[in-house]
Amino acid sequence: MSQSNQPNRLRQGGRIDRARTLGFTFNGKRYQGHAGDTLASALLANGVDVVNRSFKYSRPRGIVAAGAEEPNALVQLGSTEAAQVPNVRATQQALFEGLTAQSTNGWPNVQRDVMSLVGKLGGRFMPPGFYYKTFMAPASMWMTYEKVIRKGAGLGRSPMENDPDSYDHLNQHCDLLVVGAGPAGLAAALTAARAGARVILCDEQEEMGGSLLASRERLDDQPAAEWAERVIDELAENDKVTLLPRTTANGYHDHHFVTLHERRTEHLGETAPRVDGHRSSRSRMHRVRAGQVLLATGAHERPLVYGNNDVPGNLVAGAVSTYIRRYGVVPGNKLVLSVSNDHAYRAALDWDEAGREVVAIVDARRHPDGELVEQARARGIRIIEGSAVLEAKGDKRVSGARVATIDAAAFKVTGQAELLECDTIASSGGYSPVIHLASHTGARPTWDEEILGFVPSLVRGVHAAGSARGVHDLAEGLADGAAKASEALAALGKSASAIEPPRAETIREGEACALYQVPHEKPTLRAPKQFVDMQNDVTAAAIELATREGFESIEHVKRYTAMGFGTDQGKLGNINGMAIAARCLGRSIPEVGTTVFRPNYTPVTFGAIVGRHCRELFDPERYTALHQWHVENGAEFEDVGQWKRPWYFPRKVNGKLETMDEAVARESLAVRSGVGILDASTLGKIDIQGPDAREFLGRVYTNKWAKLAPGRVRYGLMCKDDGMLMDDGTTSCLGENHFLMTTTTGGAAGVMEWLELWHQTEWPELQVTFTSVTDHWATMTVTGPDARKLLSEITDIDLDREQFKFMDWRNGKVADVPARVFRISFTGELAYEINVQANYAMHVWKTLFEHGKKYDLTPYGTETMHVLRAEKGLIIAGQDTDGSVTPEDLGMFWAIGYDKPFSWIGKRALTRPDTARKDRKQFVGLKPVDPKVVLEEGAHIVVDKDQPIPMDMLGHVTSSYYSPNLESGFALAVIKGGRDRMGEKLHVPMPDGQAHEVEVVSPVFIDPKGERQHV
Amino acid sequence: MFYIHCPYCDEYRDEEEFHPKGQAHIARPEDPETCSDEEWGDYLFFRDNPRGIHHELWVHAIGCRKFFNITRNSASYEILETYRMGERPRFSAEHPQGESAEHGAAVNVADEAGRVADQEGVRA
Repeated sequence: MSQSNQPNRLRQGGRIDRARTLGFTFNGKRYQGHAGDTLASALLANGVDVVNRSFKYSRPRGIVAAGAEEPNALVQLGSTEAAQVPNVRATQQALFEGLTAQSTNGWPNVQRDVMSLVGKLGGRFMPPGFYYKTFMAPASMWMTYEKVIRKGAGLGRSPMENDPDSYDHLNQHCDLLVVGAGPAGLAAALTAARAGARVILCDEQEEMGGSLLASRERLDDQPAAEWAERVIDELAENDKVTLLPRTTANGYHDHHFVTLHERRTEHLGETAPRVDGHRSSRSRMHRVRAGQVLLATGAHERPLVYGNNDVPGNLVAGAVSTYIRRYGVVPGNKLVLSVSNDHAYRAALDWDEAGREVVAIVDARRHPDGELVEQARARGIRIIEGSAVLEAKGDKRVSGARVATIDAAAFKVTGQAELLECDTIASSGGYSPVIHLASHTGARPTWDEEILGFVPSLVRGVHAAGSARGVHDLAEGLADGAAKASEALAALGKSASAIEPPRAETIREGEACALYQVPHEKPTLRAPKQFVDMQNDVTAAAIELATREGFESIEHVKRYTAMGFGTDQGKLGNINGMAIAARCLGRSIPEVGTTVFRPNYTPVTFGAIVGRHCRELFDPERYTALHQWHVENGAEFEDVGQWKRPWYFPRKVNGKLETMDEAVARESLAVRSGVGILDASTLGKIDIQGPDAREFLGRVYTNKWAKLAPGRVRYGLMCKDDGMLMDDGTTSCLGENHFLMTTTTGGAAGVMEWLELWHQTEWPELQVTFTSVTDHWATMTVTGPDARKLLSEITDIDLDREQFKFMDWRNGKVADVPARVFRISFTGELAYEINVQANYAMHVWKTLFEHGKKYDLTPYGTETMHVLRAEKGLIIAGQDTDGSVTPEDLGMFWAIGYDKPFSWIGKRALTRPDTARKDRKQFVGLKPVDPKVVLEEGAHIVVDKDQPIPMDMLGHVTSSYYSPNLESGFALAVIKGGRDRMGEKLHVPMPDGQAHEVEVVSPVFIDPKGERQHV
Repeated sequence: MFYIHCPYCDEYRDEEEFHPKGQAHIARPEDPETCSDEEWGDYLFFRDNPRGIHHELWVHAIGCRKFFNITRNSASYEILETYRMGERPRFSAEHPQGESAEHGAAVNVADEAGRVADQEGVRA
């Protein structure tokens, strides 16, 4: 172990394990750190100043903060392609042996960056809205510009290979969810745990304890961190408490549903380690439904906004203390501290104790007099009162600070500037409560003038404690956490007495002053760049310019400048930005607006969002009972809803597999000339029973059901009450009070809910029940001139044409198993739909093929089914209709029961003026004049193909195929006033400029009298 | 994601088990044939879109398949109550704090504890 290669590592102190040295690589260079380091603390220990290039100006950037609020230190992790993780904050990434990271921005590298030329020269030429204004025209070029800009500016990149890791979801319930394990959170969790409540305590850091881990304060006369350890030990032993370190509460959703992202293995290696040969899950999304939620999320320190405040070596004051006290790293040699409050004096005291030089504390207040100020004075630290750092000097590292007296209220520099030589400037403009989760509820935060920050507004059941609501004092924060926890439990009807918090010394602090942007001798627009949002390179000048250009609403200012739009969501910059907008507009901060946040608090990897719901588990696939046969017989499949349906069955002909067109032509001819078979099991089936079943059918279908006798089948149209067709199908009368309804494959669930809706909400007096039986019955359609011959070989049902007519159904046996056979036809040919219990289906199907060999029984799929039904002009609801087509538009007057006694669903609407229009689009057939043409489905139809655009569109093609039976293309369409246009020649213009001539014909192309299905 | 008390199952379940079906208490006119076109059009197409208390029809689609009503605040997303078909809501735009218990004679909510839970809208 060598200290010398970690120049900024202190000899002692911190919570790192000095006995464990870890090697890592950053931008191709090898470094060493210790177990317990973050990547950021290890980089600082090694004296790495420049960790990134800025997004827009390509300026060198260093580490600013020590937690989730870090705007600059974004890295790309991963030594292999599959392990790439973009935009990881180095301040939140635990160090592990072999960690490999690269700067997110900076091409070709951070030290020498080609974009810096543009940035430095072009800096003043890149005002807000630069990209909108410059690169938008011509619009077609934006994609090209964007690629170049993205490569130059960089935003991290996704891996190009599959992620080897898996991710989990876990549903959780608890009485109290405590977010944040700092002083308030620990006191709250302890209070709830001791009261016997079910508690989940989560914290985003590697180690629980929050500010206590780096605190100078003592609790019960011991270091604060020791109290934290004792509390965590007690909570860990309580089996009603779930402790989740490395777990970020990223989103508060409705009704106390909070998503927690637990990083389970990110601290161990690039990919999840194997346990017993299996990879453990890399991260886990806890979907927590909490009884009450307590936010103890702490506060983020606001940096001051001064010239060149982005040069590496500028940090927020609290981060300096965290690096020194928690990681044993002092990120520089000579410190200038610029503050508006007492609290931040701790940074200088810690720096001094680390044995490095505090050049000066520059305090914006004229007479600071708190206890910490006195301690600093007593150590002989120079305090420059009524002043602030105007500007940092330096390029890739701070080399000095220009300091002068200021009048913050008048926004003026009042004295002569002095240049202090230093390599580090730490600043503090106050503390902003972390109100993100409370904002997710939709409750607008309110400005608290006393703490100079927004405090959360809370919906019922959500509580905030400690710094998260502006109670920054340690002793008060501990008591607040305990008190709020007992309030939360009281709301659940559980009593919990707040724990006695540990004794904390009270430090008398002087009043803070309001300071956001530090004035400069030059006006803001000409002063050195004063950065507000470092991740998006938004400066004070940009905000001022936005207000001058008329953007008065803070929401518009944000969008115009992109302030707060980075992966950090403006955690450091938003309040400063609002304060600057307020100054420019001459208003107060609360008048300018408030700042709200959306989920997620920090970026969440897609893997954790997806969990196990990916690949084969993304969406369930439904298979029919015959699926295996289809697979073995070479079917190509089509997705219909969640179902996998055979699309067509290509055969090998002369050693070559048929194309779809060839297969469909063969299958179609086989059905019309011999016999074919279709697996129709996916059709929705609903069993309807009850004394009022018949009455109910009469109300939901357009046609009549009063006289349908047992053994008979009828086709029905189902409309919504606006008169538009929603679904169709056949319904069979199984008994006087018993019916079997079929629906379209995709409409099954919707129809079921539709029937329940009307029964439960409008006609509960009707005695009728509905049961989905789709999966219980397999359906095999045997169709074609030879269908009767084939089926007669394996059934005991009398198939005599007079005994078993078209639209009859019979009970009996097929292939020795019980079956219902329906004589209904979707092809126009003689057809039998055989329904058997699904587990018998394969046996029956195979028996049919054994007997069908001599008839050349041909399996066909959905494509041939579509062609055959379209030749007969039979609609598919959802393809030939789209929710704006009535039964009358379809010309199906024969299926409309105008004189039924009950005003069935959809009837009244048919006489609405719009529905009764004569020029509504009506269902017709189209025959291309050139028989080789197959029209495009969706193509529009016009009268005059030479009419200039926009043309008058008459309607569109709904179905179009090539018919091997007609030896021609043909189509179904909806056309304005179509039924009066029979024989008219119209045109279908295509994008390539040609227009197909078509003749309007009847939608029934084959066997218009329906003789073939009646044989 | 909402946490919804199904008044038939008498349990809180996650929103993903339910389907929203639009505004509640839209009764189909008794005799559609005597409705004017305007009345029929109002029934078909016109719905309220209040900011605040709203009565909605939902169905426990992958639970008990029962339809029921929810009184919900469309601004805060708070669910004030759920009630069965045929029951009257206790909470409404006119009575945002809920109608008094005497008035609620017709209101058929399970019990007082259930009522408190409904007001909370959410409960672990």
